Amino acid sequence: MPDRKRIAGDLGLAALVVVAMSVAHGVYSNELLLFNFVMFLTLSQGLNLIYGFTGYLPFGYVGFFGAGAYGFALAVMHLHSPPLLALAIAGLAALVLAVILAPLLRLSGAYFAIASLAAAQALYEVIANPDLQDLTKGPYGVSLSGVFAPRLSYFVAVAIMAVTFALVVWLRNSRFGLSLQAIREDPVSAAMAGVSVVRGRMVAWLLSSVIAGLSGGVFAWHISVFYPDTVFDVTFSIFATVFTLFGGATTLTGPLLGVFFLYGVYNAIGITVPQYFQLIYGALIMGLVLFLPNGLVSLLTRRGFRVP
Amino acid sequence: MSPDPLLRVEGLVKRFGGFRALDGVSFHLAPGEVLGLMGPNGSGKTTCINVISGLYAPDGGAVRFDGQAIGGQKAHLLARAGINRTFQSPKPFLSLTVAENVAVAATYGNGSGKPVDVMALLAELELDGLAHRPAGDLNSAQQKTLDLARALATAPRILLVDELAAGLNPAELSHMASRLRALAAGGMALLVVEHLMGFIDKVTDRVIVMNAGREIFEGTLADATRDAEVVRVFLGGAHG
Ligand SMILES: Nc1ncnc2c1ncn2[C@@H]1O[C@H](COP(=O)(O)OP(=O)(O)O)[C@@H](O)[C@H]1O
Ligand SMILES: [Mg+2]
Repeated sequence: MPDRKRIAGDLGLAALVVVAMSVAHGVYSNELLLFNFVMFLTLSQGLNLIYGFTGYLPFGYVGFFGAGAYGFALAVMHLHSPPLLALAIAGLAALVLAVILAPLLRLSGAYFAIASLAAAQALYEVIANPDLQDLTKGPYGVSLSGVFAPRLSYFVAVAIMAVTFALVVWLRNSRFGLSLQAIREDPVSAAMAGVSVVRGRMVAWLLSSVIAGLSGGVFAWHISVFYPDTVFDVTFSIFATVFTLFGGATTLTGPLLGVFFLYGVYNAIGITVPQYFQLIYGALIMGLVLFLPNGLVSLLTRRGFRVP
Repeated sequence: MSPDPLLRVEGLVKRFGGFRALDGVSFHLAPGEVLGLMGPNGSGKTTCINVISGLYAPDGGAVRFDGQAIGGQKAHLLARAGINRTFQSPKPFLSLTVAENVAVAATYGNGSGKPVDVMALLAELELDGLAHRPAGDLNSAQQKTLDLARALATAPRILLVDELAAGLNPAELSHMASRLRALAAGGMALLVVEHLMGFIDKVTDRVIVMNAGREIFEGTLADATRDAEVVRVFLGGAHG
């Protein structure tokens, strides 16, 4: 019973954001800021895939981002790959990491969250290890000035974002997405409904990780000079998580609201007066957890309205 | 005579640590038959259903479905093969709508080759008025009926029913009893765990009584009530 009207509405919202972020590039001169918006829109929806649809919250989500960034960098430095091939390698690096970490899906709740963070930290330690300087440049960072292409990489980032939105729309409107939500709600009942719990979780986990890997790869391409600290900064995980929770997981709208509002506020006041920002941020999050645990969109959804 | 058994349970053992929750249970169940499973709390009825439906692997003995040993097979594969169940405490997908709860099972669990009409099934179980409400809005009796709807959406050949009647009013009880009888009349094999004697009497062809992980009686309910050991187990609080 796929509902055409619903899908059209969801795709419409996704297209609106994709077009807006494309047009903004020609209008607004702060390209890096726009890029960061695109990146967080992508990462938040990528996290939404795994958290919103299966209930697993990986604090170490940044590990896939970092794996992608270094996958891109190593491919460019050592294989002299063209950027788009390097980007594919970035996605592959995250995919491999996700397969290695798949046993973490046996853990539940907080254990999973913490274990994924530890894994991201371990990968960071390996890459930043001075002994691996010949391979990764260790803590001294990489410079990819040979492939620097800020405009092209911006639009590739927008394309990755568009694909990510499409995935979320698919999950929101497909039987497979419904089966993931069933697993999230009750894995035992889901199994009795004939759903392969292990396979469903695995697919969501791999999709979510590849999105973060591609995002990290295109980030590496866009800024072209970075350090392990830059791309394994747990702030990426925290921001993506907070944006998703703020707006409301399992929807397309929620993470979008979270990014545009919170990251907007962050850029408006957070950078100039960080102390106030942290205060406001902290208060917002506490208020939200206490009064709106399912995010802003729950103001509508709990009244029976469907949001995209 | 009765047809060949669809389900054959032979010397089933399930241990939790050193404790034998099932200690060599044997019974059989034929298509179109309703078998009542009775016994005091803690005697292993739910564990028996959990092992047959693939939630737990047995530690001994065998479960044969259509002649095939299925003990330890994954629950979602057994669901597709035609074994399903309800839960003593209902376990719906709370944030999904009633219709979505059933649609998941109709999509993933129906291995019969014949599509199941979700709305018709909901109408049959009088849940159609609630189809687009989240399952979390339902009361406990409605959630149990939703459990049944989800199980039926997989077009099972064997249905294991765990205390479905508890919490139903007399009218709902007699309704539910005729529903289960109708399912059996259609060829389904049912194992019904229940405490209410009236319900068991109405629904079952035959009962087995369990105590401490073993079956202590097999026969008609009328004979069971005259069996000295059954009476002792139920009245004497043999299970501490
Ligand atoms: N997952 C489990 N872990 C440990 N003990 C269990 C588990 N499930 C059931 N038991 C124990 O097995 C015995 C039988 O339980 P159960 O099958 O639920 O009984 P019944 O359904 O007949 O009331 C009880 O003593 C119960 O405590
Ligand atoms: Mg029980």
